[in-house]
Amino acid sequence: MKTVWPQLESVLAQVQKPARYIGGEQGAKAKAPDPNLVSWLLTYPDTYEIGLPNQGLQILYEILNEADNARADRSYAPWVDLEVLMRRDGVPLFSVEHHTPALDFDVIAFNLSAELTYTNVLNCIDLAGFAVRTVDRKTNDPFVFVGGHCTYNPEPIADFVDAVVLGDGEEVVTEISDVIERWKSHPDRDRIELHRALAKVEGVYVPSLYEPIYDGQRLVATRPIDDTIPEIIEKRTVADLADWPYPKEQLVPLTEVVHDRLNVEVFRGCTRGCRFCQAGMITRPVRERPAEQVRSMVREGLKRTGYDQVSLTSLSTADFSDIESVVTGIMDDATDDARGPISVSLPSLRVDAFGVGIAAQIQRAKRTGLTFAPEAGTWRMRQVINKLIREEDLYDAVEAAYSQGWQRVKLYFLTGLPSETDVDTLGIAELARNCVEIGKRYNKRASATASIGGFVPKPFTPFQWFGQNTPQELQRKVNLLRDRTRKMHGVNLKWHDPAATLVEGITSRGDRRLGPVIEEVWRTGGIFQEWGEHFNVDRWTDAMAKHGLDIDWYAHRHREEDEVFAWDHLSAGLHRDFLWQDWRDALDQVGLEDCRWIPCYDCGACTGYSIEHVVASATPPAGGSQGTGQDLHSGGAVPVTLSSKQVETV
Amino acid sequence: MSATVAKLRIRYAKEGKIRFVGHRDVARIFDRAIRKLRLPTAYTEGFSPRPKISFGLALSVGHESDAEYLDVELATSADLEGLCEQFTAALPHGLSVFGIAEVDHKQESLQQAITSCSWQIEVLDVQQHDVEAAVAAALRSDDIQLERVRKGKTSTVNVRPAILEILVVGPTDRGVQLEVELATAPLTVRPSELIRALRADGSEGKVRRTHQWMTVADTRLEPIGRPGIAAMHTELCAS
Repeated sequence: MKTVWPQLESVLAQVQKPARYIGGEQGAKAKAPDPNLVSWLLTYPDTYEIGLPNQGLQILYEILNEADNARADRSYAPWVDLEVLMRRDGVPLFSVEHHTPALDFDVIAFNLSAELTYTNVLNCIDLAGFAVRTVDRKTNDPFVFVGGHCTYNPEPIADFVDAVVLGDGEEVVTEISDVIERWKSHPDRDRIELHRALAKVEGVYVPSLYEPIYDGQRLVATRPIDDTIPEIIEKRTVADLADWPYPKEQLVPLTEVVHDRLNVEVFRGCTRGCRFCQAGMITRPVRERPAEQVRSMVREGLKRTGYDQVSLTSLSTADFSDIESVVTGIMDDATDDARGPISVSLPSLRVDAFGVGIAAQIQRAKRTGLTFAPEAGTWRMRQVINKLIREEDLYDAVEAAYSQGWQRVKLYFLTGLPSETDVDTLGIAELARNCVEIGKRYNKRASATASIGGFVPKPFTPFQWFGQNTPQELQRKVNLLRDRTRKMHGVNLKWHDPAATLVEGITSRGDRRLGPVIEEVWRTGGIFQEWGEHFNVDRWTDAMAKHGLDIDWYAHRHREEDEVFAWDHLSAGLHRDFLWQDWRDALDQVGLEDCRWIPCYDCGACTGYSIEHVVASATPPAGGSQGTGQDLHSGGAVPVTLSSKQVETV
Repeated sequence: MSATVAKLRIRYAKEGKIRFVGHRDVARIFDRAIRKLRLPTAYTEGFSPRPKISFGLALSVGHESDAEYLDVELATSADLEGLCEQFTAALPHGLSVFGIAEVDHKQESLQQAITSCSWQIEVLDVQQHDVEAAVAAALRSDDIQLERVRKGKTSTVNVRPAILEILVVGPTDRGVQLEVELATAPLTVRPSELIRALRADGSEGKVRRTHQWMTVADTRLEPIGRPGIAAMHTELCAS
C-alpha cells in the first residue's frame, strides 16, 4: 500500500496545525485500497477546518464506503506552509485516511460551495500530479468531478473538470461508480468512452461534450457535440429525505473545526422565495425529514459523539413544521439520557419572538450569539427581495433575545440590491440602532453587530438579469453606513471586502472564456482566495485584461430578457418565465408567499420532476408574520401531503 | 449548578499520530469522552455552564507522553470499576487511560503541584561523543544563559538550575537518545530549550514525557502511579 506518511511525518513539526493532516476522526472509514474497487478521493478545496464538517461530503463518504464496488477517502487543501514542503520533497496530495497519493484514485471529487475556491481546485489537481486541463490528461489519470451549489454554472471551470454533478448526490454517486466499474473492466479503455457513458447518467454534465457557440462577444448557445448527448442536463433530486438518514456516523475530528458539533439536516429546499437566494431556488422542493427520524438521529448522534451541541440544519430551520414539538422532544431525550446539559442551535433563526423563545428553551449548555437576517434596511427593499420581515418582527425578536439574557445580537444585511437607494442602505443603520435601544432597556452593555455583504446575482434566481454594483459603489455604501453608525453607541459594523464580491460576481455568472483567467490567477500564486491575507484583486483584474475580457460586461451589465446564459443547458427545474416574472414583480415590489402553505404557482421545481413538498406535520409554525408581512395566528391544517410510510430510525 | 463531592485524577498516554493534536484539542476530546461515559460531572454556575475539568501541564504538539493528567470534579460519586478500559474505548486511537484515582477534592491543582518532568529526548544529526562532551560541560557549569521568548518578550535567563539530570542513553537511527529531568517550577525549561542549552548543534527528534513529579515532604512522587499519594482510593489499570 502506497503511503506518504513517513515523508509527511518528518515535516509536520514544522507546520501550523499539523492535526489537519493526520486523519483519525471518530467515524472515519478504513476500507483498504483495492484495485477492484472504484476509488473516490472526496476533496474539499479549502482547509481541513472548513472542509471537514461539510455535510454533503460526509454523506457521500458513507454511501460510497457502504457500496460493494467502491471506496472513498477524503482530502483537504494543504495550507500554504505545508504546500511549500510538499513541493520541495515531492509529496503529492494525499488522503487523510491512509495517506494514499491522490494519483492512486479513480476519481477526485470536489465539493464546490464557493467560487473563490476554484483556484484551489487547480492547485489540488496540480499537487496530485496530473494535468489541470482535461484535454491534457492521460487515460489512467483520475477523473475530476465537481458537485455542490457552484455547479449550477460550472462553465468558468469547464476546462478543468471531467464531469459535473447537479443536485442531490445520494443516488447518483452509486450510478457513477457502476459506470466507472464497467469502464475499468475494458482492456482498451480511453477517457472519451467514459465521458460518453457518464453523459448518459441523469444529472451528470460532461463539459467536454458540449461546445459554446459565440456571435462576436455574445453567447448564442451551448450545444452537445452530437445528437447522442442530451441537450439539457437536469438536476438530481432525492424525493424523500426519510430514505437517507445520513450521515449515520458523523465524523468527529481530533482538532477544532467550524460547526464543531452534531449536525442533523432537518430539511432540504426552501419555499420562502427570497429572490437573492440561489440555495432557496435550486434546492426546491421542500423535503422535511420525519420528526421521529430527526429525534432519533439527534439522540443517537449525541450518544455516539459526546457532543453537547446539536445544530438542526436547513436553509430556515424555524420553518420546520411543528418545530416546537421536535425541539421539546430532543430536550426531553437529553434530560432522560443524563449526559449533562445540551444546546440545540438553529443556524438560521426566524426573525420573530417565536424563534427566540425556542432558542432560550434549547440553549442550555452553550449560549452562542443570536443571529437574525433581515437582509435589507427598509420594508420597500425587503419587498423587492421578497424577505417580508416587518420591522415589528425584528424588534420583537431582539426584545425577546435581550430580555432573556443575550447581550449581543448579530444582524445580516445585503447591500447592492436591485433598486437600492441610499435611504434603503441607511435603513440598516436605523434598524441596528433601534435594536440596541431596545437592548439597553435590559442591559446597558447591549450591542448589535450589523454584518454587511455585497450582493452577488446568481444563476437560477430572479436576479440573474441584474447588473451587480461596482466595488466602488459597494464601498461608497459601506462608507455611508460607517459614517452613520460611528456615533451609534453599541452598534458595530462589519463588511465583506467589495473586491472579493467583484470576483465572486465575475465567476458566478461567467462563461468558459474565464478558464484561462482562473488558470492565470492560480499560476501567479492566487490560492486560498477566500482568505483575506491571500486575496489580491489585482491578480484577477490583470488576468481579465490579459485575456481581453471586460469586467463590466461580465459583472455590472444588466442582462436582456432573452439573453442566452452560460448555464442555459443546465436545469434546476425552474421555468425561466417564472424567474423573469418574479424579477418584474421584484421591481414592482410585489411579494410572493411561501408556496408550502398556498396553492402552487408553478415555478417548475415540483411539477417538472413529478415530486412534491414533503412536510413532517400539517401544522405550520406559529406566530410572527412568517415572512408574509402579515399578522398570522397559529395555523391549523393546511393542504399538504404528509409522509405516511414507515421510516428508518437509527 | 452542582457542588463537587469527589475529584478523579486520571493518567493517560498520548502516542502515535495523535501527538500532533494540541492541548486544547485534547481537552475537547476528553470533554466528549466524559459525556460518552456519562460520568456525573460537576458543572460551573451561570449563563454557560461548563463541566469542571482541569488539565495539568501542557504537552507540546508533536511530543508523546506516558504521563499526562487531568482532574474531573464529580457531583456524585462514581464507580471506578472498569473505568480505565471504558475511558480508553471512548477515546481516539493513541490516547489511553491507565490510571484513575479518587483524590481529595480540596487538594491543590495539578498545575501547582508538579515541580519537574522526566523526558526521553532524541537529538538529531549529532555524534554521541559530541553530545557526551556537551552534557558533561553543561552539568559542570552553574550558569547557562539562554535567550528565549515568552509572551512575545525576549529575555536571557540562566536555565542551569532547572536542569536536574541528563543521561546519555546511546545512539538511535538518526541521532542520540537522552533521558533528562527538567524542572517546571519555579523556572521551566522545555526539551527544545535543553537542546539549545547543550550547544551541540543538534535538532529535536522524538520527544516523550515519561513522568511528571510532585514533591511531597521532600519526597518525589507521581500524581498517580506510585504508592503514597493522598488518595482515598486508587484503581490502577495495566500500565
